[in-house]
Amino acid sequence: MSGLFSNVFLTALLFGAVTAAIPLLLAGLGEQMSEKAGVLNIGIEGMMISGAYLGFVGAYYSGSFGVGFLTGALGGIAVAALMALLCVRIGLNQIVIGIALTLGLEGLTALLHHFQFSRSYPRLPAVPITEIPLLADIPILGPALFKHHLIVYFSVAMVLVMIWVYRRSQLGLNLQAAGDKPAALDVAGIDVIRTRTIAVLFTGTMAGLGGAFLANVGAGLFIPFITNGAGFLGIVLAMLARGRPVWVLVGALIFGMCLSLTTAAQVAGINVPTDVIQMLPFLAVMVMLVLFGRRASLPAALGIPYERGAR
Amino acid sequence: MEPINEGPQTGQAIVTLEGVTKRFPGIIANDQIDLEISAGEVHVLLGENGAGKSTLIGMLSGLQQPDGGRILVDGVETAIRSPSHALSLGIGTVFQHNMLVPTLTVAENLALGGPWWQRPKIAELAARVAEIARPLGIEINLGARVSELSLGQQQQVEIVRALLRESRLLILDEATSMLTPQGIAELGALMRRLVERGLAVVFITHKLGEAADFGDRVSILKLGRKVGEIPPERLRKLERAALVDEIVDKMFGRQAGDDAVSIPPRAANDDVLLEVRDLSVPATADMPGLEAISFTIGKGEILGVAGIDGNGQKELAEALAGQRPAAGGSVRLGGQSLDDLEVGARRRKGLRYLTDDRLGEGTVGPFPVSINYFLKQIGEPPLWRSGIERSREIESRARSLTHLYDVRTPALSTPVGRLSGGNIQKVLIARELAEGAKAVIFNKPTYGLDLANTLATRQRIRDIAGEGLAVLLISTDLEELLSMCHRIVVISQGRLVGTVTNGPGAGEKVGRLMIGLAA
Amino acid sequence: MSQDAAPVRALDASAGQAGGREPLRRIVITLGPILVSLVLAGGVLLAVGVDPIAYYGFVLDRGLLSPLGLQQTLTRMAPLLFIAAGLIVAFRAGMWNLGGDGQFLLAAVTAAASAPLLVQTLPSWLALLVACLFSAFVAMIWSLVPALLRAYQGVNEIITTLMMSFLGVSFANVLVKLVFLDPATTVPQTRTLPVADRLPRLFETTVTSGLLFGLATIVIVHLVMTRTAFGLKLRIVGANPRAAIHAGLNVPLLTVAVFAISAGLIGLGAAVDIVGIQGNVRADWNPAYGFAIIPVVFLARMNGFAAIGFVFLLSVLWIGGESAARRLGVPQSFTLVLVAIVLITLALAEYLDHRFNQARRA
Repeated sequence: MSGLFSNVFLTALLFGAVTAAIPLLLAGLGEQMSEKAGVLNIGIEGMMISGAYLGFVGAYYSGSFGVGFLTGALGGIAVAALMALLCVRIGLNQIVIGIALTLGLEGLTALLHHFQFSRSYPRLPAVPITEIPLLADIPILGPALFKHHLIVYFSVAMVLVMIWVYRRSQLGLNLQAAGDKPAALDVAGIDVIRTRTIAVLFTGTMAGLGGAFLANVGAGLFIPFITNGAGFLGIVLAMLARGRPVWVLVGALIFGMCLSLTTAAQVAGINVPTDVIQMLPFLAVMVMLVLFGRRASLPAALGIPYERGAR
Repeated sequence: MEPINEGPQTGQAIVTLEGVTKRFPGIIANDQIDLEISAGEVHVLLGENGAGKSTLIGMLSGLQQPDGGRILVDGVETAIRSPSHALSLGIGTVFQHNMLVPTLTVAENLALGGPWWQRPKIAELAARVAEIARPLGIEINLGARVSELSLGQQQQVEIVRALLRESRLLILDEATSMLTPQGIAELGALMRRLVERGLAVVFITHKLGEAADFGDRVSILKLGRKVGEIPPERLRKLERAALVDEIVDKMFGRQAGDDAVSIPPRAANDDVLLEVRDLSVPATADMPGLEAISFTIGKGEILGVAGIDGNGQKELAEALAGQRPAAGGSVRLGGQSLDDLEVGARRRKGLRYLTDDRLGEGTVGPFPVSINYFLKQIGEPPLWRSGIERSREIESRARSLTHLYDVRTPALSTPVGRLSGGNIQKVLIARELAEGAKAVIFNKPTYGLDLANTLATRQRIRDIAGEGLAVLLISTDLEELLSMCHRIVVISQGRLVGTVTNGPGAGEKVGRLMIGLAA
Repeated sequence: MSQDAAPVRALDASAGQAGGREPLRRIVITLGPILVSLVLAGGVLLAVGVDPIAYYGFVLDRGLLSPLGLQQTLTRMAPLLFIAAGLIVAFRAGMWNLGGDGQFLLAAVTAAASAPLLVQTLPSWLALLVACLFSAFVAMIWSLVPALLRAYQGVNEIITTLMMSFLGVSFANVLVKLVFLDPATTVPQTRTLPVADRLPRLFETTVTSGLLFGLATIVIVHLVMTRTAFGLKLRIVGANPRAAIHAGLNVPLLTVAVFAISAGLIGLGAAVDIVGIQGNVRADWNPAYGFAIIPVVFLARMNGFAAIGFVFLLSVLWIGGESAARRLGVPQSFTLVLVAIVLITLALAEYLDHRFNQARRA
């Protein structure tokens, strides 16, 4: 069994964990802002798949991963804009529209993929790596953590940005007020609808990036239904993190580790169906919910459309 | 505009309303209202619930737009488009239901509304708050979370917030409803200091006494119309008692005393009907618990519970009804113990609870009126047989209740949420008094009702006491309690702090108990 | 005034509506959006180079007009009706059971594992009945954790049911691959229930008798929800949980009951699918019926009879779409697009109708 814990293996395991964690981190951070502002964004799965498809298309035709992430983000934003229009501005049921958007975009991307790529199943080349000087030379950890595409560092940096936004910026106050007491924000002279729209669009951006990462970095190609619940996991992460970005990161890494173990176990030739290991992250969530469920706090006005003057 | 530093410009109109009208589906909330709000004046808007005060404030603060007439700001016709527009015009509002975010600190709440890309300027804010609050005698702890403050403190934060925004006109909506008598006096003094600095204050209330005590000018609203105004000159000339008489005259258009004290005679047999011993309920995060509550109510007796809102009244009512688990003590009705019984069983024994939260828990808004009569007896014969709904029985029973309790509804199938507050209350009363009521808990039964419905409800309570039922009447309106109770207990911080037998001087005794003095 | 203007929101839109014009309006604001959706989705087809008219014509022909297609459509309806019934119970009670797929698959595996063994010892009808009950029971157990968390800890059931669903799908696969594997074949799948032992077919057709059970179930569920004390209690919990507490209803217990009934019905649907149609469960088989039926129940506004219509419509699209996928090369996923567009346009139509009514009343 010595091979199981060799340095190379550990590095691969950790590298895989980070790669698997990034889409969840992006989705979780995105969803967190929506939830803070009082929008339960079930449509995030649709935003991710849209980002995955458009991200892949962008990267494939331009040959640039940077363009791919840009188009991926735009794909997420487009769906988010529709969600913001229907749920925030018009006030339709957030769960109904969220499910509709998820189903619709899963279908639409699968349809488009079928007509564009189903004969060739093109793959992207390996993703360009940016090494962090010095840190990348640390044994085991260096290659696992500091030899990634720029988007990985960006995602982790976003955790710090979000901490700053929530703790120190006016926007953070506005978002929290929009979720906890929208009427108070309104009479303070800030447009609740606009604040929530910003939050939903941000969710779309992050989800789109996460989807693009899944397709372009994680898989190297687009597969129908590739997100497979990653967006829903993002919702769970956001709920368990209770408004704290750093807990989204911790949660995403735990999930990433579980997912990475799946691959690692196969590599190591352990004879367990992948399904067993695929269950791990969900099992972990359920255990966490059973243990800490009561404390998973959600904003008071979550899921309730805001209507000025309604009492 | 720096009103705080300018000298008083008494008499100069800041906002003028001319023929302002606002309609909602089915009602005219404001009908041709003329109003002039001037610097250096406390302008009291007096009216009952439903008189149109809230709508008027909604239009002044930019939440709603008038359908007719015009609003002039500094003599120029202005459409107040949104709350932020109102703020920029110098109109600050302190709403009846506070508008602070409970999960943020005071400083963060005050900083709300700044440009979104900026950092909240807490240090600068602290300096300005000190500058504004000190001369007014307000102390504010900027670091405290709003959910930890008392309601009076929260209100002060809101007033300071309005001043921070350089308001020239401060609107206070039912600002005293949550305050202790002391707090009310402090607020009065604060308003005085504000107008001395040249601000205009609009003070909305439904309490005559406050209008007489605090107002420089009093405008009286009734059913959406302005029915009278008492200018400062006249206000100064009149004695308080004469003033109150005049206001009453304008408000009700008839002599005061229609709802004079009338305590129903006790039945000859005044055995104890409801007996509560050492009832206690554990405290929760936002509610006081109950400690060793004991009292008895005889047949035909009305026992009043007085106290500032939020001192355990709701917990008491819920614990008696079986809706909230008690930690100890006993409740007996007609000698039978109710301790181990659930809501439904207590109801069947004859203990009824009329909640104060009519829409929140009393009714299911989208369900028909007919079903709402029977929410507490679902599945019971004869309306249901082996669990199956019997529409005809439900319909006919609902029809007779509608008739008996004079519920005005378009149809039995109308969603109850579409009825007016008074009619929803009648549905609840019908439900609680029907079939076998022995003891009834009324929690703020006239809150939010118009005068006619208030009087009718009070008479209904007197009537059922006259029929021999025991009544526990919880109210924050002392006048209401004095007008019909036999005895009044005072609740404070979840304990009963004294009992007063109704009669001459009872009001003063209850008032002293409420603010923590010996009767 | 505030009492009059109080916003009234509820899922239970069916309560208390009257008036002779009402049914006509309902039909207009239901059919109108569906037509609009067909046009919009047709635009999508055009964009990928498929003739929408030819496509719709083909789907209609294969799903509805050809005898074989119609029989397949009716057969497909059987499990879907059970799922719709289960979701109606949950949604009317205000509980978002989004975990139908996990509950369905685990119940399906239970049926597939137990039925072939049971028929060897019991009379066929009894064996199938016991297998169905096993399946329902397993699905109920799977819903227990979300139910208890929601009832006693107040944990949002959307998340927990989704998680349990993912978990259940994987777990079902593990069971098929490791525990109930049929040693007689090389394909990873459970033992197969012989065709002779399956639920009988209707008359001279290939339509399963499960259809009748499904129809009966959804009608019964509809009547229970609208005509009985129990249904009324559940609807009160859904429309105003605080009123339910005030009225003395045992809300936690009702919550657990709702989840159990909802999951149990979905489990029955799975059992009917297995013992009536599929005969076994293959590894990695996941028809994702549960998630697809959620929109249907919304479209039907949680009305059982309307749900029958929409399940039929969806089945036509599904069966026709499967044929179209083989013959016209338009993948099945187009059906998802169409359903999503219908859902959104219908929600919009309802909103516009509401606004229009408000404007007229004012």
